[in-house]
Amino acid sequence: MERKEGLVDRVWGLFASVRFAVVLFLLIALTSIIGTVIEQGAEPEKNLMLLKRLFGDSLAPSAFRLFESLGFMDMYRSWWFVSLLALFAANLIICSIDRLPRIWRLAVEPVRPISPQAADRVAIRREARLKGPPDAVRDRVERALGSAGFKPLHSPDGEDGYQLYSQKGGYTRLGVYITHLSIIVIMLGAVTGMFFGFRGYMSIQEGYASDVAYGRDDSTHRLGFAIRCDDFDVEFYDLSDMPKAFRSRLTVIRGGREVLKKVVEVNSPLRYGGYTFYQSNYGMVPDAEGYFILKVRGPSGDAVTVNRMLGESFVIPGTEIVGTIRDFSPALAMDDSGRTYTYSGMMNNPAVYVEFSERGRERYSGWILRRYPSTWRLPDGNLVELVDYWGVQYTGLQVRKDPGVWLVYLGSGIMTLGLCIAFFTSHRRIWVIVRREGRHSAVTVLATANKNRQAFERRIERLVSRLSGGSDG
Amino acid sequence: MDSSVLFGAATIGYMLSMVAYIAYLVFRKNSIGVAATGITVVSFAAQTVAFAMRWVEGYEMGLRSFWRPPVSNLYESLVFFVWCLILGYLIIEFRYRNRSFGAFITPLAGLALAFIEMTGMSKEIQPLLPALQSNWLLAHVTLSFIAYSTFGLSFGTALMYLIEKTERRTEPAYVFWTVSLGALVVLLLAMGADFTKFHVLASTPEEMKSYLFRATFKSGSTAVSMASWAGAAVIVGLIWRYGYLLKRVVVSFNVSAGLLDEITYKAIAVGFPVFTLGGLIFGAVWADQAWGVYWSWDPKETWSLITWLVYAFYLHARFMRGWRGRKVAVVAVVGFVTVVFTYLGVNLLLSGLHSYGSIG
Repeated sequence: MERKEGLVDRVWGLFASVRFAVVLFLLIALTSIIGTVIEQGAEPEKNLMLLKRLFGDSLAPSAFRLFESLGFMDMYRSWWFVSLLALFAANLIICSIDRLPRIWRLAVEPVRPISPQAADRVAIRREARLKGPPDAVRDRVERALGSAGFKPLHSPDGEDGYQLYSQKGGYTRLGVYITHLSIIVIMLGAVTGMFFGFRGYMSIQEGYASDVAYGRDDSTHRLGFAIRCDDFDVEFYDLSDMPKAFRSRLTVIRGGREVLKKVVEVNSPLRYGGYTFYQSNYGMVPDAEGYFILKVRGPSGDAVTVNRMLGESFVIPGTEIVGTIRDFSPALAMDDSGRTYTYSGMMNNPAVYVEFSERGRERYSGWILRRYPSTWRLPDGNLVELVDYWGVQYTGLQVRKDPGVWLVYLGSGIMTLGLCIAFFTSHRRIWVIVRREGRHSAVTVLATANKNRQAFERRIERLVSRLSGGSDG
Repeated sequence: MDSSVLFGAATIGYMLSMVAYIAYLVFRKNSIGVAATGITVVSFAAQTVAFAMRWVEGYEMGLRSFWRPPVSNLYESLVFFVWCLILGYLIIEFRYRNRSFGAFITPLAGLALAFIEMTGMSKEIQPLLPALQSNWLLAHVTLSFIAYSTFGLSFGTALMYLIEKTERRTEPAYVFWTVSLGALVVLLLAMGADFTKFHVLASTPEEMKSYLFRATFKSGSTAVSMASWAGAAVIVGLIWRYGYLLKRVVVSFNVSAGLLDEITYKAIAVGFPVFTLGGLIFGAVWADQAWGVYWSWDPKETWSLITWLVYAFYLHARFMRGWRGRKVAVVAVVGFVTVVFTYLGVNLLLSGLHSYGSIG
């Protein structure tokens, strides 16, 4: 096995070295910067403008060609960057395989009594003198060790004393390797998603259903089931135009049957059939005609809900008053002189203009705004509430299928575990040598910790003071 | 009284404590040190109360749910960073019974607070956009800033380590720390100049939202801006020329290089796992829940990864022969520079580059 000169061994040695790892960290970090300066996957004009600013007009075109041939415009997918990541993965795997057997032995090796030579090299060392011969203090030493969390083993009693020894957290030495493994798992998840996943987009008008999503390159992708948008709505903070929630009421239809209903919001996607649907954007369908949903209440107090299109009429129950919808604004505002205007193409503040007449005689007319209840009340006390203008908006959904995402989550979990073990726990060993010294016992406490030695040293300090404090008192 | 009054008081307090800690280092009078600690503790208490008040205010205004602490915009997150940094600093001060760290760590709080004032960012309690209403995001932001503050601490102690360990002006590590410290001093002075010009001598013009560096580097007059750059070069040059004097000062406070190395490592050993979990993993989970993309190589994400790699470099380089000591201390300093760039630089410089607009 120990052929030092072979090429395979030399390559292995390189990949197993920390030095190679940090060189890769540096290379990945430095090259990554390029992609944060040059916009990735942007239209060529945009980056050409940027290069003109950086290199001047004359050099920009050749710089652009050079950058393009190096893949800088889509660098995180370029062959050389992917190769760097692959080298990084190889480095992680090989260095872990290289070290694991030795670390594993250290982790599982039972602790043995310490030899005098080894004792000289131990970093933490405290002495105490206890009253009574070694046999008499054994209980007290054991209790002190026990209260520090160690279950001691005994060496066979020698002529002038014995050793108690123990260890904790041997397996914590594996924390680093668990962390390394987690990175590999995450990378596997990413690669799985890259090869077997789908990322696309679909937009569905209120009242319509679709079973097709569009990929990055506008390719069509059949889902095998349909998604219907029953309603889309934006909720705002009070009367501001600051959105509080985007909501799509979606229904999954498979084989003509409704199988699932869900209200999708940002941060709350719909999952079905291996796909996930995220609320992405929304808008008005051009030239679409929808239904005004009005809640109308007459003098008797009974309310009815009516659906009408622009230009259509409705009757207030219990009266002969007829309302006709004459105009609509998706976002109505009023200027200083009291004139109304539409300030947005989106349905931020929808309003309808309704003319009311009784037996052919015009009574009154005005704007009814969805967000202002004061406008719902008519001069005669009847109520007309604008509930929605339905059927004119579409919801834009991000569609994703990623069979690798569970691996990424699993890897993240493993990484958290690995890092906690690697940084917050340590392998601690302790030996207590008790020797007869006349009618006393000389106690030497030796200890090692592979991490955070200072904290362990303070604990040993307390342990020893507890031991000797008991003897004096 | 609302929270902003107390925040303002805490800000002034932190500025005073920064001055006091630096004065303590220079004059070595114990009374100054005690005063510095006192001001810091009082300011910290004021900020803690203000934080709680702002939390309640957001809830009472109906803009945020009760479970949402005020850490959700640039202003709130910077203030939270300062809070964590000062908490971490006070722990170190009491734990190691030494006040000399203060002069190197409180200026970071001072810079963050001055940055808030100078750029005129909104301090309003804003309602949350739909994408931001996520517990993953909340955990992401909170843990990120806890990690950033530990990285800030390690920056301070790593700088002190380099000060103690170098003295020849030709040494690369010496040049590195004098230039780093010089840049820090220049930034502080430039912000001080902004404050003097636009707050003390005259009020800020209504239309000028951000007056960061307007008194110096970005002044309307070319002469002033040229003079500022020259002044900056002179300051860095002076610190390079006389930096070795600082070594004696730091050594006289009985902080051994070994202790500084230990604190630097411990701060990073806490910060790295917290950053991995909060900064990278929770950020990815949030992006996955909100947009269906756990990683998209956008500049912010990429710079977080770069930061992570720099600290991974630090942790691994400690096991390399010939790297322990000065070289890894340099890496710790660079690490915090990438943190600052991830947090502010990406927003200010790179997004500006892409939208072809300049920063106000």
